[in-house]
Amino acid sequence: MEHLKKSFGDHRVLQDINLVVNKGEDLVILGQSGTGKSVLIKCIVGLLDPDEGKLLIFGRNTAELKEKELMEIRKRIGFLFQSSALYDSMTVRDNLEFPLRRQLRSLSQDQMDMLVKEALQNVGLADAIEKTPSELSGGMRKRLGLARTLILKPEIMLYDEPTAGLDPITSKEISALIREVQRTYNTSSIIITHDIECARRTANRIIVIKEGICVAEGSYADLKGSKDPWVRSFFE
Amino acid sequence: MFTLRFFKEVFHPPYEFKELTKQSFLIGYKSFPLVATTGFIIGLVLTIQSRPTLAKFGADSWLPAMVAVSIIREIGPVITALIFAGKVGSGIGAELASMNVTEQIDAMQVSWTNPFKYLVVTRVVSATLMLPLLVVFSDAIGLFGSYVGVNLRGDVSAHLYLSQIFQSLEYKDFIPAFIKTFFFGFAVGLIGCFEGYNSNKGTEGVGKAANTAVVFASLMVFIIDMIAVQITSLFQY
Repeated sequence: MEHLKKSFGDHRVLQDINLVVNKGEDLVILGQSGTGKSVLIKCIVGLLDPDEGKLLIFGRNTAELKEKELMEIRKRIGFLFQSSALYDSMTVRDNLEFPLRRQLRSLSQDQMDMLVKEALQNVGLADAIEKTPSELSGGMRKRLGLARTLILKPEIMLYDEPTAGLDPITSKEISALIREVQRTYNTSSIIITHDIECARRTANRIIVIKEGICVAEGSYADLKGSKDPWVRSFFE
Repeated sequence: MFTLRFFKEVFHPPYEFKELTKQSFLIGYKSFPLVATTGFIIGLVLTIQSRPTLAKFGADSWLPAMVAVSIIREIGPVITALIFAGKVGSGIGAELASMNVTEQIDAMQVSWTNPFKYLVVTRVVSATLMLPLLVVFSDAIGLFGSYVGVNLRGDVSAHLYLSQIFQSLEYKDFIPAFIKTFFFGFAVGLIGCFEGYNSNKGTEGVGKAANTAVVFASLMVFIIDMIAVQITSLFQY
């Protein structure tokens, strides 16, 4: 993305964002709360339109695409919401079948059952298939959200605060799962977080955002030893 | 804009028949016990309350006819629509608002699903189709309630009661009353969806959406009723 800008009224959230995500890379975007990290990820997935700048996904400028073409691109992107965004009125099985029914209409019920079971096994939730989201813990909900996203085998994964609100052990499990997803499916990932442990465990590269601008970029070790005390303060 | 978008989406495939059936079940069938109970009580109470006035003029025998015309023309549709607004309008408002808060609507959008079509169109169509059916049931049960009321202080056979009712009723009593219920249902569904779908983020937004949906939907029922009466009068006189 090049010179991406987004404002809400007078409030300029993204001031000038430039970044590239390479294939098979886990890119962590680090920043304080309210610095526009979630807005950035929502611009990428198409939930918000940037005011200015260029956003290229799979080499195509999203501003020039028609709604149908955008939908086709969205099919190749998975998005794990901060709140997991599970459908409360559906069971775990229905939550997983929902994207399958929408995108792979030719699948038989047996094929769908197989994919659902496989997705649940991958995140360690095979026993929860008939439960409803309200019966699951925070960590389980997060894992289910991940399973629902991964069931369509996306090429790009976007994670919005994947460890927010979770205890350290569950956070560690989710971070490990993110790494595993990258290794298994060779996905490119953007992980939005302010959890430094999650960043350490998952990142190939880290970009630090301050007031809607990328202020630092590098590996975990590079940024830990940054000359900028504000950047370094994240790692202390 | 919201209404225009509804009309644009409702005729445009793909159609969400499965969700439409589910919503029709939830909105229609699940509302039946409440609507039936209210209908019965209205019929019974209206009969008991009207009897002394009619008795004063020696017109007791007009009781079934008077109650039937009142229920079919006005009280059945309006009371059922108000109950419907309270139950279904608030339910839709709260459900969609809470889906908004928990990012479920955004999740649908990124799952290659048009959330407006899936959530709004199905609920509005279900409400539009189910309310007229509920009104028919409510009217029938209201008339049964009236029959019970008549027999609390009298002995009128079901056959006589029904013949008195049907002698007093004409098509012009049924048809306008039935037609306006589609508009009542449409208004309740659309307002509930509008309030929920466009609610502000946060739990406060959920409560506000439910509350505003009921208030505006109830008000809209009265406004539609007033317009319907004017239109019906134009054709009748």
